[in-house]
Amino acid sequence: MNEQPSGISPAENATRQYATFYVKDLFFGIEVLEVQEVLRYQEMTRVPLAPQLVEGLINLRGQIVTAIDMRRRLKLAPREGAETPMNMVVRSDDGAVSLLVDEIGDVLSVRRDDYEPAPENASRDLRETITGVYKLEGKLMLVLDTERVLQAHDYV
Amino acid sequence: MEDQEIIKEFLIESSENLARLDQEMVELEQRPKDASLLASIFRTIHTIKGTCGFLGFGKLEKITHVGENILSQVRNGERDLNPRLVSLILRMVDAVKFELAAIEESGAESADEHRELRDRLEAACGESGTEAPAAAAAVVEEEVAVAVAPPVPVAIAAAEPPRAVEKSAAPAPAEAESSGAKTSSVADSNIRVDVSQLDKLMNLVGELVLARNQILQFSARQENAAFNATSQRLNLITTQLQEGVMKTRMQPIGVVWNKLPRVVRDLATSCGKQIQLEMDGAETELDKSIIEAIKDPLTHIVRNCCDHGIERPEVRVGAGKAAQGRLVLRAFHEGGQVNIEISDDGAGINPEKVKKKAVQKGLLRPEQAERITEREAINLIFQPGFSTAEQVTNISGRGVGMDVVKTNIEKIGGTVDLASRNGQGTTVKIKIPLTLAIIPGLVVMSGGERFVIPQVSLLELVRLEGEAGRKMIERIHGTPVYRRRGSLLPIAYLNEALQLPFDPGGRDVINIVVLQAEDRQFGLVVDSINDTQEIVVKPLGKQLKGLTSYAGATIMGDGKVALILDVLGVGLKSGVLSESRESHRGEHKVADSNTDRQTLLLFRSGKFERLAVPLSLVARLEEFPRSEVERASGQDVVQYRGQILPLVPLENFLGGYGSGLAAERDPVQVIVFSNGDRRIGLLVDQILDIVEDVVVARQKASAAGLLGSAVVGGKVTDFLDLHAVIEQCGGGGWFQKDSSAAGQPSGSTVLLAETSQFARGLVKHYLEMGGHRVVEASSVTDAVDKLSRHRIDIAAVSLDLQGGGGAELLSRMRSHPTTADTPAIALTEEGQEADAGSPRKFADAQGKFDREAMLRSVERLASALAERQVAQQQTAGSRR
Repeated sequence: MNEQPSGISPAENATRQYATFYVKDLFFGIEVLEVQEVLRYQEMTRVPLAPQLVEGLINLRGQIVTAIDMRRRLKLAPREGAETPMNMVVRSDDGAVSLLVDEIGDVLSVRRDDYEPAPENASRDLRETITGVYKLEGKLMLVLDTERVLQAHDYV
Repeated sequence: MEDQEIIKEFLIESSENLARLDQEMVELEQRPKDASLLASIFRTIHTIKGTCGFLGFGKLEKITHVGENILSQVRNGERDLNPRLVSLILRMVDAVKFELAAIEESGAESADEHRELRDRLEAACGESGTEAPAAAAAVVEEEVAVAVAPPVPVAIAAAEPPRAVEKSAAPAPAEAESSGAKTSSVADSNIRVDVSQLDKLMNLVGELVLARNQILQFSARQENAAFNATSQRLNLITTQLQEGVMKTRMQPIGVVWNKLPRVVRDLATSCGKQIQLEMDGAETELDKSIIEAIKDPLTHIVRNCCDHGIERPEVRVGAGKAAQGRLVLRAFHEGGQVNIEISDDGAGINPEKVKKKAVQKGLLRPEQAERITEREAINLIFQPGFSTAEQVTNISGRGVGMDVVKTNIEKIGGTVDLASRNGQGTTVKIKIPLTLAIIPGLVVMSGGERFVIPQVSLLELVRLEGEAGRKMIERIHGTPVYRRRGSLLPIAYLNEALQLPFDPGGRDVINIVVLQAEDRQFGLVVDSINDTQEIVVKPLGKQLKGLTSYAGATIMGDGKVALILDVLGVGLKSGVLSESRESHRGEHKVADSNTDRQTLLLFRSGKFERLAVPLSLVARLEEFPRSEVERASGQDVVQYRGQILPLVPLENFLGGYGSGLAAERDPVQVIVFSNGDRRIGLLVDQILDIVEDVVVARQKASAAGLLGSAVVGGKVTDFLDLHAVIEQCGGGGWFQKDSSAAGQPSGSTVLLAETSQFARGLVKHYLEMGGHRVVEASSVTDAVDKLSRHRIDIAAVSLDLQGGGGAELLSRMRSHPTTADTPAIALTEEGQEADAGSPRKFADAQGKFDREAMLRSVERLASALAERQVAQQQTAGSRR
């Protein structure tokens, strides 16, 4: 049923919660509702012939989840030898997908007022994968456009 | 919500009943005196009529009512059943099906009045000369019992009140006695289960099978006897559970076959042929999803047999056969697969004719045609764009025929084979798996990775040892082959195909897995062969959909993921299967249907060499001889299925080229589009193909009448803007019917404050049917709460609402600024007057169950509201 909230309570809508993570030195956030879970590095089955961005398949309690390397997705330098990535499992219309990231951050509450669209001078690769930026104290949090990141035609 | 449930229930039940009805009518024609059959037919129609009346589907009720009267006359022996009457009743059944489909889609009956059919039914009903039924037609629904009860006291069924009939799919005992014959076996022990529920169960069982595999692997390493015993028990139970759940999804193939007698009868009548249909093995069971998938291909093959296979009686007699043709359907289990055979004793397929046609159509080069075997020639009919019928009839010859049949069957992992003897008949053999969800697979290793090969593709395993073994793989110009019982088997290396490192692993053996892909075989060399396992096929994410080498993935006993190989894909990848079939492959892969794939009809028109429209929009493809094209009101038209079909040369709309070539062709090629009963035919130069493809690289339109361009099947293709073309050629308002049926223009949000859940359900249902959103509230407090949380356009308030009554709610609404102006309708019950004080404040008062008046009232208030809002916006705008 289409129920439109009428009385917008200011307290409710002004802040949003984001799960944050690092890829190299970039600080990202994904709205918590989009995140299914966060996992340590999992053993992976490689997929021969698969696009470079796909790291492999993991078994997440019986569900087969595609793992995507965010470093390659953002065209950043590969991880150094011993570092193992973390799994940020996000929900998508196509089932769960895991984003391999360097480090997991805290869940942050941010204020809507601090939001700004991506700056024009950001690199194209970056601008294409984020929807905007939150100006937090001391750092900037980039809002990942998960739908765009997972878009199928980038994986041909 | 309840009402939606009731309607859903009604639709499910009716469609089952109607499927049976078709068959029973045809049987009845052969055994017109069979009382139990007649009773069953009567009951089905009566049930539908009763339920329609209850649910307020007036048109359906009227149609079925007249049909019921005719049947009642027959049942009472007042008249005899003749083929004309049977055809008429079957047409009525079609109309009912049509209306049911409309209800399922839009929630309301279609706009079609079925006037002509009703007139004919009524006329037929009046013919009998008896007074009673004719008079009955005038009696309203509440008096059904009286209306259909003829003076003769035999008809006990009619004495049942409509309510009781509505639920009872099983025959009432009284009727069974009255018919004195065998009762049907639908017992009370059956319950209806939603298929999605079964799907969920099946998935869970799949998970359980995987978990079981893991436990078994773990227990093999354990010494604990009690644990091992328990895991063995778990193994056993899981297997039984898997079988049990699979059984619940099984349906007899008869479900699909049921409608074939009707199809065959109609075809035979319209072609002037005599066809006897025999069915053997209707009880053979198949997974529900597979039943769904084979429905259309099967019907298509049967139509083909009737249309092209079986000859006209005079031809048959001339050839020394019986005048009546035989069409035999057989189904049986064999080796974990279901075999379906459709054979006719008709003219068979003439391989020479097929070859000639294939050469003509450019599917085959003349020199190729001389080389191919008879069997290969016959199987050419599975090629896209092939139709051998000399004359394109409206039954088959759409050119969408056998290739689609083949594609659809291969999609579900099945195979089609055709055998034909010229002059003796044709047999189509279909083999399909029992189920799709859990399949046996062979686990192999290659390049250090594990892969699963579906057992269905597996023919045999070959193991070559040592130096001598290595020599058995020979090379022809670098291409590896293996001599397998005298014939050469092309060899592919899995690690090479998947670009994996070679991993000899210190072994001196070569393992060849001999595989079958479509109708060809090849050997796949793998590093090692593990064992066979039951695996659960899971689809790959969309990021990996582009890979043709895999059919999916599964979870192995150790909890790791393994990829399932797509045998055909691997064969193509490694070059052992020829590329010429690549296009075919594109269609095959669609098993895991994805939204960005669509089936397109490709055609040529004027200067546009390659145009496309989605096949889903196309009603039919037709060819008309030039001589049939007539002119009416300045337009080319043809007579088509009892209607006048306007023909529009497409090239006139595309870039203004009016060479008129398409219209000059003989025969003319026409793509028929339809919407409801309106049809339009686009004249094109040539139908090229039907492809299923991912549409990529879209580009903006370059000419009027086009949506844009995209790459389809590797070639740039222009997409026709069907909407614009039809609008332009005077078909204005053509697509409007759709939109109005889907959601009414107004679409207000209505607060429905009513304490009785039943009444609320009913009112909600018809408001929603009217295209409005409904927010329900059961008491005054609840209503106030809902008002504060939702944007409400109109409130419909029951006068005896719990917690103070409708008047109380109204006064609370008026005292609050946001709802002070919200119009409110008082819901009254029969004999209840809107409260003396309140009508002034209520905008309107309507009876709860007066659906029409209620909807009118809501719509009137909604449009007043909209006007007011527009006015407010304007004043707000001017203030700025």
